[in-house]
Amino acid sequence: MPEILLTVLLIAFKSLVLMVSLLVFIAYILYADRKVWAAVQLRRGPNVVGPWGLLQSFADLLKFVLKEPVIPAGANKGLFLLAPFILVVLALAAWAVIPVNEGWAIADINVGILFVFAVSSLQVYGVIIGGWASNSKYAFLGALRSAAQMVSYEVSIGFVIITVLLCVGSLNLTQIVLAQDSAWGILGWFWLPLFPMFVIFLISALAETNRPPFDLPEAESELVAGFMVEYSSTPYLLFMLGEYVAIMTMCALMTILFLGGWLSPIPFAPFTWVPGPVWFVLKMCLCFYMFAMTKAFVPRYRYDQLMRLGWKVFLPISLAAVVIVAGVLQLTGWAPGAQ
Amino acid sequence: MTVTAAFFYLFAGITVASAIMVIAARNPVHSVLYLILAFVNSAGLFILLGAEFLAMILIVVYVGAVAVLFLFVIMLLDVDFAELRQGALQYLPIGTVVGIIFLVELILVLTTYAFDPALLNLPAAAERQTGVTNTAQLGSVIYTKYVYFFQLSGLILLVAMIGAIVLTLRDRPGVKRQDAAKQAARTRETSIEVRKVNSREGV
Repeated sequence: MPEILLTVLLIAFKSLVLMVSLLVFIAYILYADRKVWAAVQLRRGPNVVGPWGLLQSFADLLKFVLKEPVIPAGANKGLFLLAPFILVVLALAAWAVIPVNEGWAIADINVGILFVFAVSSLQVYGVIIGGWASNSKYAFLGALRSAAQMVSYEVSIGFVIITVLLCVGSLNLTQIVLAQDSAWGILGWFWLPLFPMFVIFLISALAETNRPPFDLPEAESELVAGFMVEYSSTPYLLFMLGEYVAIMTMCALMTILFLGGWLSPIPFAPFTWVPGPVWFVLKMCLCFYMFAMTKAFVPRYRYDQLMRLGWKVFLPISLAAVVIVAGVLQLTGWAPGAQ
Repeated sequence: MTVTAAFFYLFAGITVASAIMVIAARNPVHSVLYLILAFVNSAGLFILLGAEFLAMILIVVYVGAVAVLFLFVIMLLDVDFAELRQGALQYLPIGTVVGIIFLVELILVLTTYAFDPALLNLPAAAERQTGVTNTAQLGSVIYTKYVYFFQLSGLILLVAMIGAIVLTLRDRPGVKRQDAAKQAARTRETSIEVRKVNSREGV
């Protein structure tokens, strides 16, 4: 029995460390998001709280927590409060399997990529339940839009993941990174041979996490704030937090699937001395920079255009890609054996 | 082993309880949410068996897609279930007959079936022996031994999909549609005409 207790304590400790560092990282990602957005629009962005506005996110956190939470009279109270928790807990749960360095994943399970995929497909419940329990038209419309959008883009994300898995021969996230380890460094990662898939994944990830230009569920000009419209205070904070954790998960997935995870882009000495997690975080920042710039550059899609892009463009392309990649691997004999 | 047993009773208990709540809950939205809880806990049971691939697929397919559509439809329709229950009594005899047939069939199946001795090695046990993950094991069986069944089930789903599309597809006249390819193919020459308009004359 003490062994089990020790294991549980160790896992709890690891999870705590991961969660705290992730949340602090997200505080600065939020800050970076606003700074990038401001820079594109020739504004200054947050610059008052702390030096260069570095403590802005923490000030926001305090403000959110100290406000009064308002629950609408017609709301389904239990579900209304449950929704943000579902979203944030599921978003954080995905991080249990993400390896920031070789052997650093809290749970290095065989079906790691499926776990992340499953957990991110459950996040839609936070949105739907939140929108429905609010008992408000705007919130409900936002929730319906979001459900349709997330289900649509999951399909193409699934196929993109399958093309990568075909090249790896394993569903384990660590194995996926190790399969990209070669003497070619950055040129040996999957973003190059699977470049169209990388682009589709990036765009689908934007849609999956409700980021602009696909933020239809919370389109300010049409739905005020979509499914979050009735939320205030800490529940609202949890929704925002869940959204940003999901974005980080998508950045981490992109890093693992296409950008070689913790591997150094230049595979020889001074660069290989840099610890793996540093590369991992740098690559995640690069992915997030793309997310942030897209938000600043691209105007919002119309809803039918969004559905068209998902079902009529990405789905056929990614379906064809699965067939092509499988065929090429089989014919050239490059197909890896199952691990 | 006791920890595994404890988790088994936890998952199994919640599964059964939430399955009962699916039919007992008054609000249909709550029913679907209990159904989801039942699915998630069955996935937990699969994990205890060492069938992690099945567990994840159960969550991705049933919870992530099918139940979302259930919820979607129920929220959109806003069915008044109290009204539906009014006439439920007249369907009681036929419902009972169907229920009894189903129960008898279940009893027949459950009392007579036997495992193929070769299959008795559960995935987890097999994995410990051979080191092959159960994802790979499933793949090596589905795509070789059962490939025709696999293709057949895919075909059934395809037919269902085509049926759904045929039922809902209608071509109403007079509705403007957007053709993205046509829009993208427009050039300055085909869409802009420069005219000289004299003052007070119009085009």
